[in-house]
Amino acid sequence: MREIEELPLAVVDAAPVIPGGPPRRPVRDAVVTVATYVVSIAVALALCALLVAATGGSWEKVFSALIDGSLRSPGAWGLTLTTAAPLLIVAVGTIVATKAGLVNIGQEGQLLIGASCCAYVAVRIPGPGWFALLAALTAGLAGGALWAGLAAGMRFWRQVPEVISTLLLVFVAFQLVAYGLTKTWLLLDRTPRINKNNTGEPLPTDRTFGHLHLFGNDVSLSVVLALVLAVLIALWLSRSVGGFRLRMLGLNPRAAQRSGVSAVKVGGTALVASGAFAGLAGGVLLTSESAGDRVTTAFSGNYGWQGLLVALLARDRPLVAIPMALVFAALRTGSGFLAATGVERRIADVVQAMLVLALLIPPAIAAIRDRRRAVAAARAGAMATAPATAGAAA
Amino acid sequence: MIWDVLSSSILYESAFRLAVLFVLAATGEWMAERAGTLNISLEGMIIAGAFGAAVGSSTFDSVWVGLGYAAVAGLVLAAVQANMSHRLTANQFVVGLTLNVLVVGLTAFLNAELKPVVQRAGVVEIPLLSKIPLVGTAFFGQSWPAYMVYLAVPLAWFLVFRTRWGLELRACGENPQSADVSGVHVNKRRRQAIYLCGIYAGLGGGFLTLAQVGTFEPQGVAGRGFIAIAAVIFGGWTLKGTIAGCFVFGTAQALGSVLQALGYRANPQLLTSLPYVLALATMLLFAHRTRPPAALARPFVRGLT
Repeated sequence: MREIEELPLAVVDAAPVIPGGPPRRPVRDAVVTVATYVVSIAVALALCALLVAATGGSWEKVFSALIDGSLRSPGAWGLTLTTAAPLLIVAVGTIVATKAGLVNIGQEGQLLIGASCCAYVAVRIPGPGWFALLAALTAGLAGGALWAGLAAGMRFWRQVPEVISTLLLVFVAFQLVAYGLTKTWLLLDRTPRINKNNTGEPLPTDRTFGHLHLFGNDVSLSVVLALVLAVLIALWLSRSVGGFRLRMLGLNPRAAQRSGVSAVKVGGTALVASGAFAGLAGGVLLTSESAGDRVTTAFSGNYGWQGLLVALLARDRPLVAIPMALVFAALRTGSGFLAATGVERRIADVVQAMLVLALLIPPAIAAIRDRRRAVAAARAGAMATAPATAGAAA
Repeated sequence: MIWDVLSSSILYESAFRLAVLFVLAATGEWMAERAGTLNISLEGMIIAGAFGAAVGSSTFDSVWVGLGYAAVAGLVLAAVQANMSHRLTANQFVVGLTLNVLVVGLTAFLNAELKPVVQRAGVVEIPLLSKIPLVGTAFFGQSWPAYMVYLAVPLAWFLVFRTRWGLELRACGENPQSADVSGVHVNKRRRQAIYLCGIYAGLGGGFLTLAQVGTFEPQGVAGRGFIAIAAVIFGGWTLKGTIAGCFVFGTAQALGSVLQALGYRANPQLLTSLPYVLALATMLLFAHRTRPPAALARPFVRGLT
């Protein structure tokens, strides 16, 4: 009893739920919520447009180039879908960790390590293509899991905050892969060539994902894998005992401990799983060839960070992450067309981050509104009961 | 070899120069954490400061204006972080992380559009003191913005430990409910701590651009903000320990260039990752022995009770 009571309170993100609850005005609230979303997204996009205009660009051209690059030009939407797959996988993994109350923000490194492990196995393992692909993806998964496992071990063995350790491991991962790319027995291209500085070995073509040809677009089968994972995790989180325990740990660690949920086991597994997803995403990125067919030092190309933003944007709902991943993938593929407009392509990164910030505001405003109402309701209740108790005392 | 390295004044000079950014940023972060915020956007604040310094010094041809811009840039980012996490009560990690991504993109975009030409700060040797053998130039023969640390750190100590404001600040980090009952506006104190952190980190970024590197590169900060956060943990949330951590990490970062200057060969990837590995290792050793502020990273929402 004693040690349980001394445990720290849960980390509460939103307003606490107040008994009795605030008075509900469903229709008006829905209208206000939609309005705040529309306004904050509009403000975010307007700020980005203003930024482009202020630096002498034309935002109409930027917008049209983004649409061209992501949807309109031949083969564009197939590429967008293929790009969305690793983003979605990273995001789904992030959601698993966040639901358990852990903040994994080292996906970029986990993804790079995963991609490297995947490449190592893919160019070495004999056997039929499908088997090699499966083995390579498993290696990617294991690599990411290991990298997150380091942070998980530090978190649960020595109370090192995972927020910092996952982040610092990103920078170690970069150097580790850079080192691997200088040695042929690790990642460096083994074929003797003149100029082979710091590039990995190209993947044999039978070790890559197949493509679906749809209306003149090549869609990688990795998209199917990503969608299946998102749906499975959504179901697992909402419908299974394991998912329930995980969410319980995230919502209230004290209550979770009292009902026998081990923070170390469940939380550690969640953190490792989120790394595994990021590692798998690295493998998918490599084997779907949307970022080249070999590992380089810059291979991860912000896929990890952006997948993380997708998860934040989806506010930890795996199914909502699907459209969000598409939006981010569209901004990514679209930004490739920005060079023609003379606007620096990093504007796409700005738009992404501004969207995330914009979508943080409406729920926060709603939480404040609910809290104010609850306080008002409680005060009104106190006023109503106060004379009665005073009378009883007299 | 070890003796060679330890007896060369280059090591101390370089270590101090690299530690200045850590000291400024970590002191700011320390204040924010003592008030109860684990401020992840420290990295972004440094990048913003580094870019602000580049723009300021480029437009006005003055290092002073550059530093001013750096502080303002850090403060602007701090204002967003503080108001979103301690007014709107959005998750502080989510806000901080998004801000980091935003700042990297925004500064890369603006840098390509504006192409600032940085004005570098000159070296000022303090007479007599800079003549101390071995460590004289390290502590007193740097380019002048480095001497900010001699003002900034005692100021932070005075504010946190010798003023009423600082006492309230620490109360907000330890027991926000009690602080609230005693009439302290918890979220306001926390916001103020983040503002100060933004100014400090911005100045650190300014130092990086104006005195250390001489140009602005969007990727140039490369996680130094996170090392500064690790320094606070290393120091067990004490100011002395934090500063010590900064010098340890600064020395680790200096080691690469010093070994090269002395003619030793070492694995470049290992040397680059040394500060990060060291930060992780020290956290592994010390994190469980120290006690963080009791309400660290817990948002304060005034309830009905």
